[in-house]
Amino acid sequence: MQKLFVPFAIVAAAMFVCAPFIILAAPYESTMGLVQKIFYFHAPIAMTMFVSAFVCGIGSAIFLFTRRSGADRVAVSAAELTSVLGIIVLVTGPLWARKAWGVWWEWDARLTSTLVLWLTFQAYLLLRRYGGPGSDRLAAGVGLFGMANVPFVYWSVNVWRTLHPKTSVVPTLQPGMRGPFWFCFLAFILFFMLTLHLRTRLEKRRAELEALYLAAEE
Amino acid sequence: MTWKTTAARILFLMIVIGGAAAASAQQPPPPRPSDPTAPTQPPSAAQEGFVPVDQLPKAQDTMPAARLVAIAYAFVWVMLFGYVMSIWRRLSTVEREMQSVSRRIGTGGRTP
Amino acid sequence: MTFVRTIWLITRKDLLIEARSKEILFTTLFFAVSSVLVFAFGFVREGRAVEDAAAGILWIAIAFSGTLALGRAFERERQSETLRALMIAPIPRPALYLGKLLGIVLLLAAVEAIIVPLVSLMFQAPLFTHAWLTLGLLAAGTIGFAAVGTLFAAMLVRARSRDVLLPVLLYPITIPVIIAGVRGTSALLQAEVDLPMARLWLSMLVFFDVVFVTLALWTFEPVMTE
Repeated sequence: MQKLFVPFAIVAAAMFVCAPFIILAAPYESTMGLVQKIFYFHAPIAMTMFVSAFVCGIGSAIFLFTRRSGADRVAVSAAELTSVLGIIVLVTGPLWARKAWGVWWEWDARLTSTLVLWLTFQAYLLLRRYGGPGSDRLAAGVGLFGMANVPFVYWSVNVWRTLHPKTSVVPTLQPGMRGPFWFCFLAFILFFMLTLHLRTRLEKRRAELEALYLAAEE
Repeated sequence: MTWKTTAARILFLMIVIGGAAAASAQQPPPPRPSDPTAPTQPPSAAQEGFVPVDQLPKAQDTMPAARLVAIAYAFVWVMLFGYVMSIWRRLSTVEREMQSVSRRIGTGGRTP
Repeated sequence: MTFVRTIWLITRKDLLIEARSKEILFTTLFFAVSSVLVFAFGFVREGRAVEDAAAGILWIAIAFSGTLALGRAFERERQSETLRALMIAPIPRPALYLGKLLGIVLLLAAVEAIIVPLVSLMFQAPLFTHAWLTLGLLAAGTIGFAAVGTLFAAMLVRARSRDVLLPVLLYPITIPVIIAGVRGTSALLQAEVDLPMARLWLSMLVFFDVVFVTLALWTFEPVMTE
């Protein structure tokens, strides 16, 4: 991974430089027009966020049952990334909704489940930060429960009401829109992997520093 | 945090915002006052699938949409860049601290 | 000692302590009643409650007082270091979890026995016309809330700033329970009663209970082991 990091970073940077041009070249949507262009970043980031939440949940579960501190480091990094990507999704979404639906916020299944997921991971980070010693295992429990909770929130709000474009929008995309969408998705997944690696390294270095301080005290 | 990173961040923010403003300024002005029926379109059509067109329909008010898109993209860039920068900064702080600690215990052999 | 007997012994211990002091029951009950009153000031206009308000008020009162009861119940264990003693005792961890869960559920049932008639009375909500469905929703919702709450409150016993962290962790996770409880109850309270809808929410609550109790039993041991 260490060797692959630099080439991957270069590829990701190049993709992000190209992305605006590709999005600009994509056709306009018939009813929503220009504002639909938010989709090319909004939806891939949302998908990456769910991937990140799953990575955190699985990392938490592995840490809980095997006590591998590496899994915990991945989980905390993924939780932080989920929270950052979540803020982006929750800000770009309303900007699109304002034009497409005429309101900033709507109590819709995808919006509400994203908000709840974001809140859960915020709680995870708060627990890690203010929980004191031993909070890593408690936070792992929260991460696991947060992941298991996603389908429930989604289903319960879905019965309530839905306005958001269905997820079936993605496989039925027209060729001109499909290309840019998957390009952006790939770019964000790459970004996710790179930042996850970087953030995990930070966590590892911190653990090493801790050990070094202990050694210094002796 | 040094003044250099702060200045770099402010500069970056200004470039992004400036770019966003320029992008929204380049959009043609709305051809006519906004259509009152535009925001209340039935959402069901856009829920099932997106239909591409070559040109923007003339009836739509393009100006607010351009501003919303510009704000959205500017926000995405600022957040992503800011997050990567924050990881970078925290990482270098930890590295520096590690160096000073390992120097203090005198092993010296430990390279970060 | 059988598994079921262990569960009952732990529950009985909690109930006995509570029966002697009645501290948690009285404080939680008073808190629940006063929060219903506070909501009444917000949602009653010209003598009538806002439509749909009763179901929401009932479930918010349950969630708030449930959080308070959970916090107090485990604070008591912490102060006298009895949780540690329970952890050292040669009993299976799942039995310990289920015993604590049963104690919390019974306590909340006692609180609900007072606030459900109170809400029904104060907001003219016909909560007793479909008594069995209401009872089912309340039971399933309380178990779901307490299942997550017992695990988190037990986890937080050793953590710093646990008083604040309990609601912070608990509310996002129990949102499906609150949604299902409120929507199911308000389906029973609206002008035309929507029985299929209430049953749908009830089955969702039961499903939630099964998944989260299983998950909690599964994670209780690794989370609580020091």
